[in-house]
This record gives sequence, structure tokens and C-alpha cells, in this order.
Amino acid sequence: MPGGVADRLPRLLALVPYLLGRPGVPIDEAAADFDVTPRQLRRDLELLWMCGLPGYGPGDLIDLSFEGDTVTVTFDAGMRRPLRPSAAEATALVVALRALAETPGVVDAAAVRRALAKIESAAGQATEQQAVVVGLATREEAALTAVRDALDRRRALWIRYYTASRDAVSERTVDPMRLLLVEGNSYLEAWCRSAEAVRLFRLDRIEHTATRDEPAVPPSHARPTDVSAGLFRAEPDQPVATLRLAPDARWVAEYYPVDDVEEVDGGAATVRMRYADLDWMVRLVLGLGGDVSVLEPAELAETVRERARAAVRRSLHLPFSVTG
Amino acid sequence: MNLVLCLLSTRQYLTAERIRRIVPGYTDAPSDEAFFRMFERDKAELRDLGIPLETGSAGFEVAEGYRIARRDYELPDIDLEPDEAAAVALAARLWDSPQLAGAAQGALHKLRAAGVDVDAAPAPAVQPRVRAAEPALAPLISAVQAGRAATFSHRRHPAAEAAQRTLEPWGVVSWRGRWYVIGHDRDRDATRCFRVSRIVGPVRPVGRAGAVRRPGGVDLLQIVAGSAEPPVASYTARLWLADGHAHGLRRQARVLGRLALDGVDGDLVEVTLPAVDIAARWVAGHGQDAVVIEPASLADAVRSRLLAAAGEVG
Repeated sequence: MPGGVADRLPRLLALVPYLLGRPGVPIDEAAADFDVTPRQLRRDLELLWMCGLPGYGPGDLIDLSFEGDTVTVTFDAGMRRPLRPSAAEATALVVALRALAETPGVVDAAAVRRALAKIESAAGQATEQQAVVVGLATREEAALTAVRDALDRRRALWIRYYTASRDAVSERTVDPMRLLLVEGNSYLEAWCRSAEAVRLFRLDRIEHTATRDEPAVPPSHARPTDVSAGLFRAEPDQPVATLRLAPDARWVAEYYPVDDVEEVDGGAATVRMRYADLDWMVRLVLGLGGDVSVLEPAELAETVRERARAAVRRSLHLPFSVTG
Repeated sequence: MNLVLCLLSTRQYLTAERIRRIVPGYTDAPSDEAFFRMFERDKAELRDLGIPLETGSAGFEVAEGYRIARRDYELPDIDLEPDEAAAVALAARLWDSPQLAGAAQGALHKLRAAGVDVDAAPAPAVQPRVRAAEPALAPLISAVQAGRAATFSHRRHPAAEAAQRTLEPWGVVSWRGRWYVIGHDRDRDATRCFRVSRIVGPVRPVGRAGAVRRPGGVDLLQIVAGSAEPPVASYTARLWLADGHAHGLRRQARVLGRLALDGVDGDLVEVTLPAVDIAARWVAGHGQDAVVIEPASLADAVRSRLLAAAGEVG
């Protein structure tokens, strides 16, 4: 709630020194720098106008002058520097910088260390023991070098990619946008020319790459994926399976996003799980064997039974000469 | 805001009575009680924001007075080179949790107010993100920062009964997309690492602040990395894979030759697999498109899974 009191006071305190350092700053730009709407920023400025030093006469109040859509501070009432970052603010920034410093290949580690030293000294934070540590390291992926190179040189990239949900390998040309390190995995975010959409490609599933001798040109309407709510976002129109997970299969509810988990006697659980692809769901259930039973939908339960029977029948065809 | 400006501008400590007389807002307080309630609330708010509110003797007055030490309040001069500013901007975008992202934003606002141009550099091509949605995280971090022990209920694995633990926490660690809390487990008298998402219910601090200290030379990341990666026993298996199917297995396999099975063309392959129960789940998932030739232990494990899935006795 940007208008809330708890958020507003820190912003008001920072606003005066901010404006002092940027005479004639456009109000829209100031609003963007404080992550609020221009309307909210104007309200903040109106409030500042009524604040000042005891006495509260014309020479004691914070004074602003407006010209067009720009603003300048003409009297700062002694508010010349911003407040030091709080412990929570410094921690959020310092922990993130440390994580970047210790992760090779993300940004120039030397620049991160220099920035870290400056921030720590300015924030007056104890540095040696941090309560929070973030390890960003992901597994070493063979495709990383080629992907980084394509991003750095803004080149289109040809990839041979394994899609786990469809258990299929396909070849496509993509326009790389960025490399995301999320939830312990690396993903290439790119405009896929075949799908004509933005896609995330997990680096360990990229089997082959070839940098194309043409520039990467994602269309202007290609938007970065919002990963703030997790990578797998359930789409409302996806089918839902209701599964009974035995204790040995409870990890499924931790590993994949599930809608709700209902405890059942004996350590089992009933979960509702969305899936994009029936074949993927069949493979999951089939592999879990007796540790899962499909309560719904009936179509999924029947497909699993049929596939299981067919698989058992086929294994009986193994010639003895092969099994040795 | 006026209270901050007033206390920042004074060298002398101002008593509550004096503040009441000179700061607008307080002058309208209908009673002593109403004023003190407002004043206490405002003091708490300033302290929550990290504003260094000092108390001391106000001249000849008996009551104690207040002021803000400008030296502790003000962010010192800070000058970031463009590459350093780019690193800070990237760091502030690391968090995908409202609390930590908000805190990082707050720090950026202050840096901008100090004249640092944080946004000059374009968004870098590599963007790490860390989620921190677990409700137990915030109380654990507070406990670590306060140097207090904490007690909570934790499941060792998803199906286990939750057990009460008392931990002297040394820190929380994000590793490969999961959060862990590490410390000295009082019940087991040993160093332990708990997955935060498996903490059930509230985390309660116990004992006095400052009682817990992290021993020197402890590398939290290393403890987590060591315990989160169980040694993987692997072995070579021979499988039959139907043409055009089971790509997940195929991409790790080496083709030994061609083989038709049950009238279906396919490849005879060799593949390195992890522990039997994990491999069996993987192979069984491919149904009739993947058949184990050896080892027999894997073939049996796959077969019993398939029989169970077929609704027959496994």
C-alpha cells in the first residue's frame, strides 16, 4: 500500500535530499525513482510543504518551487542527507550482493565486491557474520558458454531442446532475451520463432546449440516472464487430477505445485494437481506405481492402467538371448 | 515528519512537554493521556524505521529529553562507479519475496536520495532471482540476528510426523532454490540443517538475546551443500527403447544396436542410472516404450511398479 503511513514517512524523509540533488527534476521521473504514481508523489510534495522547523513560519517550512512538471527544493529545513538504510534494508542488499559476488559468470565480481564494500561502510553494518546466505550456484551446464555468447553478442541461436513435459526433442531458432537463475536452475528466456512466443529453456535440457549469423530480434511485444510467483503457473483452464499419495510419494506435493494438500490417516495425502499434458501426468503416475492412486479424472486412471498392462505384456516378449 | 525535523535540528535534548508545545499535531492533543499515547506510538515508529532516537538529560529539567544524532542518522557520502551501480541494481532485483524485495527497494530509494544514479546501466543479460515465501523465514532470521535460540516443529521428510526441535540458529541459507536453517540442535547436541519449508506452525524464540553465537570458521553454505547432495550410487543398465519414444532416457543413453521387440523397432541402449527406486520410477513412467534388460533388480522394481499401476498385485 504505497499510500500507507509506514511506507510514506521513509519516502518523505528521502524525498527532500533526493530533490536537493536534482534541481528541476521532472515529477514523473521522481515518482518512478520512488516506485509510486506521479499522483502519489504530488500528494507527498503537498505534505512536505506543510512540514518544517519549530516556529513553522514562512522561513521555517520546507519550500518547493514548481515549474511546469518539474520541482526544485528551495529550503530543506536541515534535511540534507537521507537516513541510513535500516538493518533489514542493508541485509536485503548486502546478502544479494554477496550472492552475486560468489557466483561466477553473472556480473563482474570485482565490481560487485567494490560496491559491497561501499554499501557496507555507508550502512555501518557489521560485515563478518550475516544471518542470511544465498548460494546462487547452479549446476555446470554445457550450453552455458554458447548461451552467454549469444546473449553478449545479441545473436540468434539454434537449439536442439528436450521438452520434459512432452518427452520430445525438437529443433528451433530462438532470439535470446536473458538468462534467468531461478530456484537452483538456469533458464534461457528467449523468443521462440516456432512457437511465436516467449519461452523458458532449461539449460540442462539444451542438447546442442549453434549461434546463427544473424542478430537476435525479439519482437517488441515479447515481454519478460513474470517469475515472482514461481516458474510453473497453473493456468485456469488446465485439467486437474486428484491424487492419493502414499507416504513414499509425498515428495510429489513438495516438488510440483499442487492446489491443496489434505492429510489422510497413515501419513498419506490427497492432493489436487494441475497438468498441462496428459502424457506427462500418465508418466508421473505410472512411475509412482502403487504409491499413488488416481481418484479423478477417470480418463487418467484408465489410461494409466492400460499403459501399465501394455508395458508388462511387452516385457514378456524379451528374448532370452538378450537377457543372457 | 515534523517530529523528525524538529529532533534533527536540535542539539539539546527536548523533553516530551517541550515537544508537545512546539510540534504541530501534538498541540491539538485533548489530554495528557492522548498526547503520551501519540508520542509513544510515534517514537516506536521512528525506532522501527531505524531512526537513531537518543535520550538524555534536558538541561536543568528533571524529565529526560530526546534528540536525533545527525551523525548516526545521515547516510555518509557514497559514490558508485557505473559498474558498481549496475551490480547494486541487479542485487536489488534478486528477491522475489515482498518483504525482502521491499527492503531492497527501500535501500535503493535512500541511495538515489544520496545522489547515486542506480538506474543508468541497462538491465543485464543474466538475472538471478531468489524466492523467499516460507512464513518461517522471517522469525528465523530475527532469531539469528538477535542471537536467540528458536523452537519449532519440523518434518524430517514430507510424510514424517512433525517433531519439536530446539535450535541455536547460526543462519539461513538459500541453496538451489530451497531455504535451510543451520545451527546447533540442542536435542541431538550436534550441528543440523533443516529445510525451512518443512517447518510446521510457528517459530518461537526462546532464551535471552545474545545467547547464541556462531562458532568461528563455520561455512554455512558448505554445510548445506554437503548435506543436500546425497552421494548418488550409479550403475550401468541395458534397456530397450522404442523408436521415437522415451527421449528423456535416450538423451543420456549410448546406442548398442538395433532390436525389435513385440514387433516394434527400437534400440538396445546402455545408460548410467541412479539408485534403483529412482531409476525404476523413471523407466516405469515410459511404460511400454522402455523395457529393462538388465540388471534384474531394476527389471523387477519396474515390473512391480507397473503391476501395481495396472491394479494387479505388485
